[in-house]
Amino acid sequence: MVDGTEVSGGRMSVTVQSLPGAIPKGSLVETNLAGRLRLATDERSWVKALLITSTLVFLTLVLFVPLAAIFAEALRKGVAVYFASFTDAHALSAIRLTLLVAIICVPLNLVFGLAASWAIAKFQFPGKSMLITLIDLPFAVSPVISGLIFVLLFGLRGWLGPWLDSYHIQIIFAVPGVILATLFVTFPFVAREVIPLMQEQGSDEELAAVSLGASGWQTFWRVTLPNVKWALLYGVILCNARAMGEFGAVNVVSGHVRGKTNTLPLHVEILYNEYNFAAAFAVASLLALLALITLALKSAVEWRVRREFEQALEPPT
Amino acid sequence: MNPMEKSLGSLLLLAFAATMGCNAQSSVTSSSASVGSSPASVAKASASKPDGGAKPTVHLLNVSYDPTRELYAEFNKEFAKHWQANHGQEIVIDQSHGGSGAQARSVIDGLKADVVTLAIAYDIDQIAELTKGMPTNWQERLPNNSSPYRSTVVFLVRTGNPKGIKDWNDLVKPGIEVITSNPKTSGAGRLAYMAGWGFALQANNNDEAKAKEYISALYKNVPVLDSGARGSTTTFVQRGIGDVLLAWENEALLAIKELGKEKVEMVVPSMSILAEPPVAVVDKYAEANGTTEVAKAYVEYLYTPAGQKIAAKHYYRPTKPEDVDPAVLKQFPELKLFTVKDVFSSWKDANDKHFKEGGVFDSIYAPQPK
Repeated sequence: MVDGTEVSGGRMSVTVQSLPGAIPKGSLVETNLAGRLRLATDERSWVKALLITSTLVFLTLVLFVPLAAIFAEALRKGVAVYFASFTDAHALSAIRLTLLVAIICVPLNLVFGLAASWAIAKFQFPGKSMLITLIDLPFAVSPVISGLIFVLLFGLRGWLGPWLDSYHIQIIFAVPGVILATLFVTFPFVAREVIPLMQEQGSDEELAAVSLGASGWQTFWRVTLPNVKWALLYGVILCNARAMGEFGAVNVVSGHVRGKTNTLPLHVEILYNEYNFAAAFAVASLLALLALITLALKSAVEWRVRREFEQALEPPT
Repeated sequence: MNPMEKSLGSLLLLAFAATMGCNAQSSVTSSSASVGSSPASVAKASASKPDGGAKPTVHLLNVSYDPTRELYAEFNKEFAKHWQANHGQEIVIDQSHGGSGAQARSVIDGLKADVVTLAIAYDIDQIAELTKGMPTNWQERLPNNSSPYRSTVVFLVRTGNPKGIKDWNDLVKPGIEVITSNPKTSGAGRLAYMAGWGFALQANNNDEAKAKEYISALYKNVPVLDSGARGSTTTFVQRGIGDVLLAWENEALLAIKELGKEKVEMVVPSMSILAEPPVAVVDKYAEANGTTEVAKAYVEYLYTPAGQKIAAKHYYRPTKPEDVDPAVLKQFPELKLFTVKDVFSSWKDANDKHFKEGGVFDSIYAPQPK
């Protein structure tokens, strides 16, 4: 801070000195300016305190208290009841389905997100901006609509439903429907993280690699992928969190068959509606825990990125 | 590249291990659990490796409405035991619950229910009409219009009844907040509306204009219209909104049991509507699934003494009270009950006149044009 004042003060005096005679009491101007600068930093400290306090109060009200409430409610009837909530057959099947959905959706969206980012960042083609807009579509529409799209497509009174039914293929009100709906809702996450980074990096490094004789795959594995790996991982983490937590779209296509098409968020709602509050909050705490793990992973990724960046900046010794 | 590959790999591995762990755990629980409520995946596993001469496990999907969760949780176990004892075959019954109208909609859109057990006959009529999956006279196939149990609409108020609500005409007093569900999507909401309409007709010598006035005043006192019965109960009990909840009798009795008499109490009005929640086999889906025989046995079992006892235990009025312990019957208060036929001639007429787009309900609940 002292450093900064000195530097800016120095600059001011330079400006004043370069205009000799224009302002006779140059030193007065200088003091005034320096005083104002000091005032600005003083102001910043109490503004800072105010901002921090209000942020903390807000976070406490909307984040920490509800989060604590979830765990308090979950543990109200004791640890035994808490853990019994997870060993219930329907809870286990909900956990299993949620993991299955995530294991299928996340890799698919990883591949899709990479392909889309690659196409958008490295190539020029007509309709590119349209494609970027379309990738954002699942963010823009309400999840309920996302679910209804699949009912319209695959419902028995929908477009493809009757034809699929003649081959005994069941999409909605079954696991494929749950997976499709989740896939739809989560597909922007990876692409959204990777596209800006790839665009910023441009294709110079790839050009260099190709000119040195690297094949397409070599370029991809050794140049493109390492450049975006942390953004990619970040997208995967977010995608995974949403895939496991999605309620709206899945709610529409699930059919709510217990032990078959209920995911964890749907299971929470069912338990709550059955007056089974302790179990509902226990399962909810599992989802909250998942969110916390996601946040921890996200911070770890950010920390790694920053460290790598700093290492890259350090002069070689 | 290497660290990323590693971390991605370990992530996947972790997820995989988690799934495997769950699998192992669930098969442990299911071996000790009873037949009825074991999850589908376990049944699949047992079906894939049938032991010798035993019949393969049969699956049945019962699509039901909101307040029957506890009833069918117990009934399914009982029926599975019964079927195992008489046919030597394991049966897994899957349950789906939601608002009655929404559930019917799902079945029409392709949720392949072998059996539907819904709140009102109109919802099953819709399934019969739109899927052509069952005859339109389905209601004649089982006794009592295919209703093995009955219920009615009563009031649930806060303990001590601070607003002094005794009967239907108390609901339209100014300052009374009434909680009920949307009659367009919810069976309970529809019956509550119809009960109120029936009361107003009887109180006003069948003057329809007066009845419309009454019902309009009633819904002016409704601050929140949830889409299903459980939603309304949660609004009233958990969120503490409103002075009186128009509830299924079984839902009211369950709420009192779950939440305690110190929170809510039941008020029985002078008269109400007889609710006849119907059950039916969806022929088309049951045939496709090869479950016609067991599906028929399932709905018929609801009429046996065992079925009637379970229904009464979960606060549904049995249609054969002689099969049920008189002490259990005492929980059902006596009141004058009129049927849908008495007041509306049929469900279809009631729907066309009151609940269709632009019907009476729309005209009284939609915002008034200025």
